[in-house]
Formats: sequence, C-alpha cells, structure tokens
Amino acid sequence: MSTGYHVVVLGSLVPDLLQTLEPVQGPTGPGLKNEMMLPAVLDPWAGHALFEAAHVAAAHPGSKVWLVSLGPKAKLQQLMMSIAQKVPFELVAVDGSASGFHDAFDVAEALAAAIERIPALDRSRLLLFGGCASASRDAGATVQMVGERLGITDQFLSADELTVTADGVLTVLERVEGGQYLASKVSGPPCAIAWATGSLPEPPNNPQVGMANMRGIMPALQKASSVQVGAQGGTTFMSLELPKQERKTRIVKDVPLDEMAREIAEWIKA
Amino acid sequence: METILFLAHTEDDGTLGRAALEALTGSSELRSQLADARFAVGIIGGDVSGAITTTSGCGADAFFAVQGGDFAVSRYATDAAALDAICRASGATIVLAPATSRFNRVLPGVAQRMGGRVDTHVGGFAVADGALRIQRGYYRQRMIGTLTRSARPWFLTVDAGVFPRWDGVSRDVPVQHLEVPIDDRLRRTTVVGNQAPPSNAQTIRPDAKLLFVAGVGWTKKQGDGQVHLDEAAQMILGFLDKSGASLGSSKSLVDQSSEGHNVFSFMSHLNQVGQTGATPRHPKGLSTCCHGEEPHVVGWRFIGERRAINLDANCGWAQGKADVVYVANAFELVRKVTELL
Repeated sequence: MSTGYHVVVLGSLVPDLLQTLEPVQGPTGPGLKNEMMLPAVLDPWAGHALFEAAHVAAAHPGSKVWLVSLGPKAKLQQLMMSIAQKVPFELVAVDGSASGFHDAFDVAEALAAAIERIPALDRSRLLLFGGCASASRDAGATVQMVGERLGITDQFLSADELTVTADGVLTVLERVEGGQYLASKVSGPPCAIAWATGSLPEPPNNPQVGMANMRGIMPALQKASSVQVGAQGGTTFMSLELPKQERKTRIVKDVPLDEMAREIAEWIKA
Repeated sequence: METILFLAHTEDDGTLGRAALEALTGSSELRSQLADARFAVGIIGGDVSGAITTTSGCGADAFFAVQGGDFAVSRYATDAAALDAICRASGATIVLAPATSRFNRVLPGVAQRMGGRVDTHVGGFAVADGALRIQRGYYRQRMIGTLTRSARPWFLTVDAGVFPRWDGVSRDVPVQHLEVPIDDRLRRTTVVGNQAPPSNAQTIRPDAKLLFVAGVGWTKKQGDGQVHLDEAAQMILGFLDKSGASLGSSKSLVDQSSEGHNVFSFMSHLNQVGQTGATPRHPKGLSTCCHGEEPHVVGWRFIGERRAINLDANCGWAQGKADVVYVANAFELVRKVTELL
C-alpha cells in the first residue's frame, strides 16, 4: 500500500514587494509598467505553503512535493535560482502570464489542467496547497477554484497550522475573525489548504537540495506547456490607479514631551 | 434584467454579524440603482429565523434559507452545497456577501461550480450606464481597479466598513426553505471550534476605535546602548489596556518572533499589518517605531485619522501618509500618554 502524501503547491512569481509598481493600460488589457523587467520573487504566501509542504513531506516517508507555477518561462527560470535550494520539490511549469489582472477562473483552469497531467500523482493522497491570496491578484480565490475542478470538497483558507495524527487525521487551524483560529479535523486526503503565514521560518539554502532540484527544473521548464490566460469573462477595467497620497503631514518636534502626550491622549479619547 | 442575491450566514447565536448587515445595506442600495432588478435574500445557518426577521424589511422579492445542524458550522463542503442550492433557486446573476472568513473560503468554490466569476474584498461599487462597476485592490492594495464584468453569475464579497449597518423594520415574509441533502462524504471535515492563538493576551480587537502599530524600533538599542524588551512589552500592553486599542505590527517585528528570537510573547503573525498581513479598519491609527512601507502605506489604507511617533522627522513613509508625526522617543512618549489615559 502506498504511504505518504502527494502535495501539490500552487505558487508563482510576483514583483519584488519593495519595487514601485505603476499600472499601465496595454493593448491586451492592464499590466504593470516594465513588468518583464521587474525583479520577481516567489509569492510570499505561496512560499509559506511550499515550506509547509516540505515539512509535511519530510515527516511522512513516501511523500512528494510538486510546485505548479504559472508564469513566463524565462522569469520562472530566474525564480527557481532563488528557491531551488530551499526545499526538495519537482517543478511543473506552465508558460503564461503571471499578471495579477487575469481572472482567477482562467488561472484555475490552467493550473488544474497542469495538475491533471502529472503522471505519478495519486489523487487519493493529494494535499493541494497554495497561498491564502497572492500578492498580485490579491483575491484568495484560486486554490478553491482549482480544488473544485479537482473534485476536492474539504478546503481550508488562511491556515497557520496543520498537524497529522498517527491514524492520519488532519487538524487544520484557520484564521477567522477577531484574531481567533477555527480548528477543524478532516479524516484524510484529498483536501485543499490555502496557507497564511504558517508557523515555519524560511529554510536556509541547501546546495545539495538545489542540485537535486535543478536536475528536474530545467527539463520541466523546457517542456512547459503554453497557455493563454487572458481577460475572459468579459472583464473591462475602467481605471487602475495608485491610492492618492494626499495627506498634509504636520510635524510636531521641539515641543515638550508632556505637551505631545496631552495632545495624543486627547485625540485618542475624543 | 439582473437578479441580485444577498447571502449571509448566521453567527453562533443565530444573529447576523456586523459585516453581513453592512453588506445588506450595500445590496439594498444596489437594488435601488439597478433598474428593474430583482432582489433576493439567502441565509444559511443552524436556525435562520432571527436572521430572516432582521432582513425582512429590506424589500427583497424572495427569501431563501438552508438551515439545520449541518449548516450551523463553518465547513466548506456543506456551505458550498447550501449556497449552490440558493444560487440556483434564486437564479441570481449578481451575488453579494460579506467578506467573512467563512464566505471568503467558500464563495470562490461556489462561483466555480456555477461557472461564474468572483471578486473578493470589494471596497465599493456604483452603477453607471446601467452596469455594475466595482472597486477592488490589486497587488496587495497598492493599486485600486474599477472594473465591470459581463460574465454571470458574478460573486462579490464586500469588505466590512464600506456600508453602514442595516437597520430596518421587520415584517412577515414568505421564506422558501431549501432541502439540501448532506451525506457522509460532505461531513469528512469535523469542526472542532474556535481557539485563541497561543499568546498570553488577546490583542486583536476588530471593533476598537484605535489601531496601535508597533514597529521593530521597540526592539532596538535605546539611548543607554541596551535593548529593553521587557519594558517595551509592559509599555505596549499597558497602553493597549488603557486605550482599548487593537495591536498591529510591522512584518519585521513579527518575523523576529517566528525566527525564534525572544521578542514579544503576545505578538504573532496575526497582528501583522501590511503587504502580507491584514489591512484592518479602524477610525484612528497610531504607529510607533515604524520605518517602512508596510504599516504606513498598505496597513493603514483603511485607517481614518493617522498619527505616528517617529525619531526621524523626514521619514518618507510617514510623510504624506500620516496626519501628524510626533518626533520623539516612543518609550518616553507612550509612557506619558498611557499615564494620561
């Protein structure tokens, strides 16, 4: 009997969070100015999902982790250089736009199709992982939609913790209102978990892991299928703008501390 | 002709939460702006009678309900089955729901089942030329898009704080109770219940008037060349106690905690505001010892009045984002403010 989990992580690239982003209207819809030139990083929440996936796989012999990424092939290759040394995984690359302005429905269709093409995947052992939202589309919808396409009806959003008992019961803590967690138990896979930050730090780079990963990454990039992810669903953007930064800031300095404190206290109590 | 469906779930006590009542106001306003639109209400929960009474005066043409023990808890499989049934029964083309954790989890899946589209965390909408236009953020709310879609059904989860809370008179209304068969396949998940995070103080208070953001500066060496973590922790907790504020944090500070450094035991990633954290809604915000984009730009997006305590008068992240910047040592100033509260 097969043991362990088959963990599929959905995660792609987003512009480095420290970059200045400027929306532009192109012939095929909205995008970012100089998008292909912006340095990219693995989507932060997807990164947490990947680290949690590796943690689960390490704890359960016979498990395997796939990272399914939709993005421009050249940029995916750059991204892999930075994350391949983190944890063991097999890349499933899908060559297409990673723009945040594409609809989650279309992206889910492309990702689900890629997952269905993984030959060694045992769907009865499947744990579908991803971020609770991307730093690009920022919708928190893709994991659920992929899960639905794969027939997964046990789903969790904004998870911070997954524990597995000896008899295979999964306990998930999801973030809910008021700074609380909702604890749920599910009898086993398949299930979908969209991670928040999780509870693991970013693993240090391990050159041996990187070398093992890279043996599969380059072939995966070469055979990446191309998809056209566009503004289907009749989406029309009227405008895209940066929030106005119009506050006129009053600087209070060289004023006695007591006076500042009194002003702040009165403002709080007002 | 559009059919607007307002969806809500009951809370543990059978009432509707604040976010649901606000979304109901938005749904009612949308109905008044969309000519000839039909309007329906759909509610799921253990016992929806109280929620139906609360919403009965909103002018809806039809009321749908799915109730029972299976629907009292927040579980994806049963929630999806119930909402799917309501959406199909109502013939909805536009579905509005509060952006609660329960609906944020399940509605994208329901949209997928219905072949529809979904936009979450909608921050506002309007009708122009007879069509619905919504506003939502992209790239962690660093830019705001106004868009419309022709695909239907179109699911929208509306963020809290966008509309005033619904407060209408109740009336008798006919309710269509839908029977949704639930088998063991949909009960594979067992909901255990809510748990407080493992910290020694409940510091996240969504209804607080003030958001107090603590930055990494609290953990830096002070004038005497030493760090004062214990003193900082006591000072922050003391301020929260006196002010009733909710505690937010910069990413750099909570990252220190998760990387094993002994920082503040009452602080976790749940407190984080900004790019990979929350964007809470409070009337006022006071940031202390923050020197970055996260708290000032993204985390403060939905904060009304903003003030900052900062040692650097020229801090580019506070300039133009805060209404007032106090150039002072936060340790000294927060202590004095706490004494006055």
